[in-house]
Amino acid sequence: MGLKIEINNIPLEVEKGTTILQAARKVGINIPTLCYLEGLQNPGSCRVCVVEVEGANALQPACVTEVNEGMKIRTNNKRVRNARKIILELLLSSHPWECNTCDRNQSCELQTLAEEYGIREVRFQSTQEKLPLDESTPGIVRDPNKCILCRRCVAVCQEIQKVGTLGPRYRGFHTVISPGQVDLLGDAVCVQCGQCAAVCPVGAISERDDTEKVWEALEDPQKYVIVQTAPAIRAALGECFNLPPGTLVKGRMVAALRRLGFDKVFDTNFGADLTIVEEGHELLSRLKKKLVDEDKTVKLPMFTSCSPGWINYMENFYPELRDNVSTCKSPQQMFGAVAKTYFADEIGIRKEDMVVVSIMPCTAKKFECNRPEMVDSGVQDVDYVLTTRELGKMIKQAGLDFVNLPEEEMDAPLGISTGAADIFANTGGVMEAALRTVYEIVTGKELPFEKLHVTPVQGLEGVKEAELTIKETLPDWKFLEGVTLKVAVAHGLGNANKIVESILKGEREYHFIEIMACPGGCIGGGGQPRLTTDEVRKARIQAIYKEDEGRKLRKSHENPALKELYNEFLGQPLGEKSHQLLHTHYFDKKNKKEKEKVKV
Amino acid sequence: MATNIQETELTQEEKFQQLMKFIESNREKKGFLIPALHKAQEIFGYLPAEVREFVAEQMNIPVSTVMGVVTFYSFFRMNPVGKHNITVCMGTACYVRGAKKIVEAVENTLGIKPGETTEDRMFSLSIQRCLGACGLAPAIMIDHEVHGRMTPQKLEQVLELYK
Repeated sequence: MGLKIEINNIPLEVEKGTTILQAARKVGINIPTLCYLEGLQNPGSCRVCVVEVEGANALQPACVTEVNEGMKIRTNNKRVRNARKIILELLLSSHPWECNTCDRNQSCELQTLAEEYGIREVRFQSTQEKLPLDESTPGIVRDPNKCILCRRCVAVCQEIQKVGTLGPRYRGFHTVISPGQVDLLGDAVCVQCGQCAAVCPVGAISERDDTEKVWEALEDPQKYVIVQTAPAIRAALGECFNLPPGTLVKGRMVAALRRLGFDKVFDTNFGADLTIVEEGHELLSRLKKKLVDEDKTVKLPMFTSCSPGWINYMENFYPELRDNVSTCKSPQQMFGAVAKTYFADEIGIRKEDMVVVSIMPCTAKKFECNRPEMVDSGVQDVDYVLTTRELGKMIKQAGLDFVNLPEEEMDAPLGISTGAADIFANTGGVMEAALRTVYEIVTGKELPFEKLHVTPVQGLEGVKEAELTIKETLPDWKFLEGVTLKVAVAHGLGNANKIVESILKGEREYHFIEIMACPGGCIGGGGQPRLTTDEVRKARIQAIYKEDEGRKLRKSHENPALKELYNEFLGQPLGEKSHQLLHTHYFDKKNKKEKEKVKV
Repeated sequence: MATNIQETELTQEEKFQQLMKFIESNREKKGFLIPALHKAQEIFGYLPAEVREFVAEQMNIPVSTVMGVVTFYSFFRMNPVGKHNITVCMGTACYVRGAKKIVEAVENTLGIKPGETTEDRMFSLSIQRCLGACGLAPAIMIDHEVHGRMTPQKLEQVLELYK
């Protein structure tokens, strides 16, 4: 039985447990929010969502107040508007008025509300002293002066990611959001996933801005500057130009990058295909060693290694799993190492003169490219990482009319890729891509799923599982005949934590596990256009699958440029050259000495 | 104070053992963080970084949560208390008769600010609104003894008595 209520005289029926905010949205009434975040325990602390409930003395916060039978609600009368104005004035009283020079200028939720509510004067003044910026990490910059204490970042860090780095300290006017016991993020355990930056309503947490360095490289005639774009960018970049979430803008993105002056426009997808071939063979090699050779040093399940936030999490919280994680570098780093060796040689450019720029949906990628061991080409393999948001800004600065750009193609050879690489962008995608290749290597036949989609591991459920019984194996893989491959997929580090704990307790057994640090996978990364809700995630994922299905080649091992790379340069998967350029090792960061040695 | 006596009796390791035992039996209880921190402060006299980290580990919660609670309640101390606690009254009467100068004098003589403790752990400095000794303004209290009509010069003589 539903509850009958009225909002602004509009009668409607909603289920028990619905909040006023949710009910209002159902009938197209927008109630402003700042601290509210979908799907989380909300503190109801900012009070900007207050509404009038008939019979109640005080105004009620719509985000946490559940409706009752017969409730009559007013969301926009004078009393409500005045209350909201005062709340906004109070928030602004201790907020620096630096809108023109703020990273969030015109994308700030507080600024937007101040505009909507016509705030023309702030009658209150705060005497708070200026706090220092926290620029201690490669990925994330915090400006505590701009913080409005909404605690979205705290909720994401603690509830969704279960990392628990950020928390409030002190009380009242003195409250600040800080990392654990220390003042700087760089001194705390932070995995750099950037989910805090993704949900911050104001300019208090952002990515480190590296656009100037990239402009400089582009304008330096001595430098040969190439760019790689992660698969998740093509389904989200359009949002920076007011296109709806899920608009595929790959062709226009390529055109924009070329017009920005990059010498070659390449694709991280190439690195993703390469990752699948290496990682697929690694999985098979681990299975063989375990099942045939009974080698006890070989660890299963094998975890994927593409997500640098997950790698940081594993190294800091579960270093005992280091040998379970695939030794494959992430697609970004494989790309960098190949670009500055194979490709640089091919076109006769010194690797010292080549600059590799990545466009990533991710703040942790900024951390990853700076890891001291990521220099296998002889110099830093990837020089600069820009987020989707930073690329959006560069395109605007260049005066490009993005929406009306023509569709262009990526350059060869490192821009050639398959549909398997596209789906690296979303949760379940790396698993599906790997299975497409592994199954075919072992049986010579296509993966037995409709449209090649491993449906049980698709979608936004936190932890997903699938089983696949291998039949009719080719002679080399007889030991896998009849083996049921058990796989699992988790996205968001809180879900990763659940899987890891269940394995360590012996409750679950798998062969292969995909982990992506961010909810929804890379399409929901910390560097994507704000604000990423589940609805936005679904739209972006759907676009990615569309891109995959529209391709002629949908399996990584069919990538012709990759075949050439192996023939001319690498030899074979897991070969000596691969080992040197494409594989890595991990550190025990619970061990403080070891952590200090590899500090970025 | 009982805590001070304990401090001299137990080794650091024994203190952590004692705290662990206390937390062990109640770890899963909701809202147990505050009792755990009370106990920790009772054992150690204050809550230094390593104790806060230990409590977080034992209770399987982020250290940021522990830090949030410790800094929220003024009862919890992150600095050790000295052998002698100097309380300067900043109530109205003392204030108008120059309590600020007395605070400055303590700060200059001992090199500590309110809430801090000297390196030799002899003195801590704190501030209170009214000691109820307005007739002696400006007043200070060292441990349980009130010293009235303070001047910066007199302060130095008084402190000598405790050294």
